[in-house]
Amino acid sequence: MGLSKAYDSVMGRANEIMKKSLALDYGTFESGSIAFDYKALMNATNYTLDDITRIQSQNGVGNTPMLEFRNLTALARKYAKPGCGARIFAKDEAANATGSFKARRAACSVAHAKKMGYQGVVAATSGNYGAAVASQAAMQGLKCIVLQECYDSRGVGQPEIIEKARKCEAYGAEVIQMTVGPELFYYFLTVLEDTGYFNASLYSPFSVAGIETLGYEIAVQCHEKIGRDPDMVICTNAGGGMITGTARGLLKAGCTDTQLVAASIDLTGLHMASDEQFNKKSCTTGHTGFGVPYATDPDHSDVPRSAARPLRYMDRYVTVKQGVAMYITEALAVLEGIERGPAGNVALAAAFSLAQEMPEDAVLVVAETEYTGAGKHIQPQMAFARENGIDIHFGDPNAEDKPGQNLILPEDPSFIRHEEADINHFRKSFIKKAVTRAGAAQVTEVDVRYLIAETNTNESFVRETLGELGVH
Amino acid sequence: MTQTAKKGDWVRIHSIVLKAEERTAKLPEDTQKCDLQQWTKGFQQDEFAGIGDWVTVLTAANRLVKGELVEVNPGYTHGYGEFVPEIVQIEKQLKDIMYGGGE
Repeated sequence: MGLSKAYDSVMGRANEIMKKSLALDYGTFESGSIAFDYKALMNATNYTLDDITRIQSQNGVGNTPMLEFRNLTALARKYAKPGCGARIFAKDEAANATGSFKARRAACSVAHAKKMGYQGVVAATSGNYGAAVASQAAMQGLKCIVLQECYDSRGVGQPEIIEKARKCEAYGAEVIQMTVGPELFYYFLTVLEDTGYFNASLYSPFSVAGIETLGYEIAVQCHEKIGRDPDMVICTNAGGGMITGTARGLLKAGCTDTQLVAASIDLTGLHMASDEQFNKKSCTTGHTGFGVPYATDPDHSDVPRSAARPLRYMDRYVTVKQGVAMYITEALAVLEGIERGPAGNVALAAAFSLAQEMPEDAVLVVAETEYTGAGKHIQPQMAFARENGIDIHFGDPNAEDKPGQNLILPEDPSFIRHEEADINHFRKSFIKKAVTRAGAAQVTEVDVRYLIAETNTNESFVRETLGELGVH
Repeated sequence: MTQTAKKGDWVRIHSIVLKAEERTAKLPEDTQKCDLQQWTKGFQQDEFAGIGDWVTVLTAANRLVKGELVEVNPGYTHGYGEFVPEIVQIEKQLKDIMYGGGE
């Protein structure tokens, strides 16, 4: 008689399934209170940066070009104060196998699964990561299953996600497409349990360690091109892995003064688990609907403790509107001659605005580009928006944007402006959620030190926030 | 669209993972009213079936999965969608700003 597949039974076995599917006992990192040992979790991979570089270079990943966007820089300078307008560079991560930085995360996860003797890998993702895992599984000879949240209850899917399913299938993976809802995690657990495959989670330490090479390459290439560290690196932010891994790589290369900025599309007001609102957004990732909950509560992912902990590393969190990401994507094509996907260009849109605050000799690096094509391109994404009743017009995105109702393209490039999110609010929210999750009425000294590191703040900030929560 | 499939044909199947009333996760009201559904693809294992029949497939990951036959030889129809005229306006504006308009 097999184990029950009822929802509560499977969820009750979650920890056991995780342990088997990751070959990692997360219990050993716990303090029993709020804190857990993040350093030990990251060290548990036992892969050095050199090991990861070797794995990636054997599998078509990494060492991507760093491009300077001279025309976009020149355009930004037209709107900046005299003497302002930093040089904008970007890592052309579309040059990785499968066309995105996600290949870095997948290469390492799949290589580890293979080393540990798993026959296959499973990943829950509607994004570029699915294709990355599928491709790496194909290269390294493992089976692959990808679970996607893809459709609303009418069976209508975002063209961007359907394209990603096609790409996974092109690499020989099985794709399970599901309707909207967080219970995808339940089904994911049943698949892991039935197959005995490796959990190639986006949030495992293997995945996040794979991104460190990106930060390291940015540092090395900046030294080659400009002879010094970059002043600012901007990462499109959703689950928080990119900024975490990139920052860790930059730090390993000694870039301690580089400012780290997270950028997301502002989708305030849209509920991510709403069946009706699912197809009202025009970008399926890189938005605040993922970015904010994962920053303030990283441990609600598909592993017991997420290795992606963005608040540890970010100095600023900025947002842009959907229409701004669409506009800058077209600008990249027409002014720089490279066509790249819109989601990865969120950071580029923010960069265009942030560069105007910085002197001309400053250097700003956008951490990624991604591939583009049928379904996953501003043309089909805006056409889909229009089909779903979204009003598209030129105007002032920051003044007029209403996610789910309209998509405002900037009237001209002067309307490409980022907005500063209140990072201290997110830090406080993080502390509150961490306390709630642990059910803690008191904190230990270890907890306080942990919360300082997790929020990238200081003792008085943490103690003050804890005091507001009535926890001492 | 082909309405029948024989053993070995590549097909798409559908099933309900959780009925609406079985969904206990914290959900918005509209989602709470919907079944949690799934689709996957594979080689049909049944000798003969029509659309709407309950069949077993062998998936690309070698899993045997049961579900309702919904499509035979499922393909891809996503593309670039209806033309969005704003895109050429953006192009023109950027070229005008950078390189001057007119002839």
